[in-house]
Formats: sequence, structure tokens, C-alpha cells
Amino acid sequence: MEESKFFNKYRLLRWTKSTFIHAFLMIVTITCLFPLFWMVRTSLMTRETIFVDKSLLPMPFHFENYWIVWTEGNFGMYFLNSIIYTVCVVLGIVIISSLAAFAFSRLNFPGRNFFFVMFVAAMMIPLPGSFVPLVVLMNKLGLVNTRIGYIFCLINVGLSLSILLLKTFFDKMPPDLEDAARIDGCSKLGIWRHVALPLARPAIAVIVILNSLAVWNEYILAMLLLNNKSLMPLQRGLMEFQGPHSVDDHLIMAGLTIAVAPIVIIYLLMQKHIIKGLSSGAIVG
Amino acid sequence: MANPSANKFTFPVFKNYFGNFLFILPAVAIFSVFYIYPFYEIFNLSLHEWNGISLEKTFVGLENFKMLMSDMSWWKSMRNAAYITFIALTFQNILAFALALACDREIRLKGFYRVVFFLPPVLSEIVVGFIWKWILNADVQANQHIGLLNYFLDMVGLNSLVHNWLSDPNTVLTCIAVVHSWKGFGWGFIMLLAGLQTIDRQLYEAAQVDGASTWSTFRNVTIPMMLPVITVVIVLTILGAMQSFVLILSMVSQGLGDHTSVPVTRILAAMTGTQQFGYACAEGVMFGIILVFISFTLTKFSERMKQA
Repeated sequence: MEESKFFNKYRLLRWTKSTFIHAFLMIVTITCLFPLFWMVRTSLMTRETIFVDKSLLPMPFHFENYWIVWTEGNFGMYFLNSIIYTVCVVLGIVIISSLAAFAFSRLNFPGRNFFFVMFVAAMMIPLPGSFVPLVVLMNKLGLVNTRIGYIFCLINVGLSLSILLLKTFFDKMPPDLEDAARIDGCSKLGIWRHVALPLARPAIAVIVILNSLAVWNEYILAMLLLNNKSLMPLQRGLMEFQGPHSVDDHLIMAGLTIAVAPIVIIYLLMQKHIIKGLSSGAIVG
Repeated sequence: MANPSANKFTFPVFKNYFGNFLFILPAVAIFSVFYIYPFYEIFNLSLHEWNGISLEKTFVGLENFKMLMSDMSWWKSMRNAAYITFIALTFQNILAFALALACDREIRLKGFYRVVFFLPPVLSEIVVGFIWKWILNADVQANQHIGLLNYFLDMVGLNSLVHNWLSDPNTVLTCIAVVHSWKGFGWGFIMLLAGLQTIDRQLYEAAQVDGASTWSTFRNVTIPMMLPVITVVIVLTILGAMQSFVLILSMVSQGLGDHTSVPVTRILAAMTGTQQFGYACAEGVMFGIILVFISFTLTKFSERMKQA
């Protein structure tokens, strides 16, 4: 009798505790999700209703807002530009950083450590104003307002971390397969292409995720280097769009939804890899 | 790969080295042009006076830095960044730690919480800024507040709190700092949770057997074990918050003068606004040195703590 009473009290205490914890977690969950919901909801309204209607689901939905920003607001173009930049930069980073990391891990040449330390040190030193001389340089090279200039700048931004992550991965890889390939007469480039790259797939996935997010969300260099509307990626396009449309918040929200949708969809599909990748990137950084 | 003939610098050896070097050549080339050169040039330009266009740069020595020392706007911007950092360090990190502790147990929906809390960090600062600008909006139309927050305050009877959040110099910086924390706490949460899960459960059981209270277990087991992770989170929070400025550009596009300036916006203003490229570089160098000093000191401090 005495014992079961104690048991009940213990259970009640545990139940209260877990309810409190869940309530706390739920409140934070709502503050995370509600702003995004509010964005989508506002994007389906009209200029007249956004100011007065505060209902959660304002009927009728105006999906034509998306068509307006996609065509008249140039978001179709911005979206395409963002995809071009993301694909080119990520492809460039994967190829260039895996070549370098392979050499740092497996090949011998004078100055190997020096160059590797140089890449790692660059990651450790924050240099907030480095965009000033970079813009001056790009002006000199005539690379302002060119796709290629912007792409090279972004490749450079992602290079250090990618090299470090891949080198760490290559270092842990057993050399047996490479030795076998070498005996079979495979060149160094062939080993990189046919042995190292396929084996490094998990590390490359992390690099692709980290850099795609960074490029898709990049703003500062796009602001400084691209003034031509037809070259702007989404983030820059959003800033450009909100200038003359400061009262059309429903259209701005539609633009935001377009900019966010790919990220959220990919995030939900690959959340395990993304969370693992981003936290590993942060710890190394 | 170390073979004895490598010591003799013959042509085949040279060819071999050269071939190997080609692997890192693309990376080194891009890095030299887009990182090393600007790195050198920012120090060089910080010693000059230059408007960005003219062919002539005037060497002024440390004049830019002297000017910077007495530039009240610069130190005000530094104070603003420090304020944002302070909120991020306290509010954001305590929230992240509390959430990590809450999730570090057998709990339903753990995976769901992880996914949700990490959603804001994957969004861009522009997007986050615009969404919150819309929620914090204070314009009034047809006797209704446009912004959700003010509308909500109005509805629950807290009319006195209805406020021009982003135009009032007294609240704008706090709003920016809170939104920055909203965007960032997921990072801290994921890293701290990963750290908590590496702690050996047996330590907790041992503490329980010894009759330690929850608080003393937390103080004497959790905190010491977590110290390295906590240090990393603190350093990253400081570096992130001190340098955040895109959020400010998107939330208060024109800015409220000195009230919303942070060092990076000062650098931008000196560069694109008043065309003082040398001065902008001096600001960048000074800010970089301060950041390196802070992160270096913190890392050293935590190493000292670990040894003690």
C-alpha cells in the first residue's frame, strides 16, 4: 500500500516534469514555424487585405501573386541565376578542393605543409573588411558585373573548409585500394578520379550541402559585385525588388517564399545529412 | 611515397614534384588572387588615403588608425555590435543550452524538435530580416496596426506596449539582436546537444548513487565535460554576432544613423558612401585584430580552465 502510493507520487512528478518540458519545446517550435507560416499566408493576399485582415487563412487565396513576382518582379530570372551560381560554384569547389586535398593527403612535394597551413590559417583569421580590396581588385580585372567574377569569388570563400574536411577524410582512408590501382598502372589523376572521389562520397555530400546553402544565401558579394539586374541572384533580387515595392508586402512575401522554398524542401528531404554536415563544418571551423 | 632517390634532385624527381604540385595549383591560384592579395592589400591600403578611383594613393602612415581612434561613430558602432553580441551570448545561448538539456533524454518527438530548431539557421539573413520586419511593422492603416506583433499586443489589451519597434532608436537594436538570436539558437542547440550526448551515462549514474542533487550533477559533471563544446559555441556566437550586418540591412534598409550601425556597415559606408577606401581598410584591419584577440583569449582561457 505504502509502496504503490510512493510509486504514484513519483509517476505524477515525472509526468508533470515531462509536460513542462514538452510545453517549453512546443512554444519554441511555434516561434520557429509561425513566422514562416505568416510569410506564406501573407503572400496569398492582396494589397487591400494585408493591412486589415488578420485571419490565419485569408480566403480567397491569390496564387497569381506568385505569377506576378515570377514574371514582372523578375524572380524567374533571379531564381535561374541563383541556380546557375550554386551549381557552378559547388561543382568548382568539389573538383578544385578534392584535387588539392588528395595532393595534401597522398602526394609528396616541397612546400606541402606550408600550403596546407596557409589554407587552414585563412579559415581561422576573420577579416571582416577584406571585401574592400577584393572589390578594388575585381574592378581592376574587369570582373565586376560578370558571372565568372562572382563565381570565382564564391569558390574562394568555400575552398578552405572544403579542403580541410576532405583532407581529414582522405587521411583516414586505407591506402590499399590506391596501391592496387597504382599497380594496375593507374595514373595519379586516374586514382583521384576512379578511387579517391568515389570513396569520398560522404565527405563530398557534406561539402555540397554546406556550400550550396552558403551560395544560395550569399548577399554581400552579390551586392558589391553585381549591379546588373540580369545577373543578380535571389537574395540580391529581393533587396532590389523591395525598393520600389515597399507597400506591396504581399508581393515581397511571395518573393521570399520563392527564395525559401528550395532550401526548405531540400532541408526536409536531407535533414539528417544537413544537420550532421553543418555541425561538423562548424566544429572544424 | 618517400623513396631514397627523392633526396637527389634529378629531373624525374622534379617532374614528379611538379606533377604533384599541379593538383593543388588551381586551389592555390584562386586562393592567391582572391584571398592572399586582398589580405595583403587591406593592410597596404589602410596606410594610404585613397578615393578608390584616382591613380594616386597618398601614403599617410598610421594616420587612418589615429583618425579611427577618435572616431566616435566607429566606437558607437562597436558598442552596438557588442550589444547584439551580449544578447546573443546570454539569451540565445541560454535558450540553446536549455533546449539541448531538454532534448538530451528519452523524449518523444526528439527528431522533430531537432529538425524544427535547425530550420531558422538554414534561412538567409535577408529572408529572416524581411519576415520579421513585416511582423514588427508599426504602420497604421484603417485604424488597424499592420504588423502582427502590434496587432497581437492590441488584441490582448497591452495597448501601452504597441510600438514603432524598428523606427524607435531605443528598441531597434534589441529587435535586431533578438531576431539574430532567433536565427542562431538552432546552431548552438545542435552543437550542445551533440556534446551532451557524448557524455558517458555512467557518470550521471555514479553521481546519482552518490546522492548528488540534479543541480550539483549539472555543475560538477555536465559543465566540466561540456567546457570544450561550450567554448566553441561561445567563440562562434561572438564571431557571428559581431560581424552580422545583412540582417540590419534587410530590417532597417536606410538605417537609423548611428543607432543601427555596426563595424561592417561602417566599413561599407566608408567605402561606397564617402569613398574613403584607405579608411575603410583601416577599420577592417582594426576590427579583424579585435576579433582575433577575442577568440584567441577565449580559447586560451578555456584551455587554462581545463587544466585547472
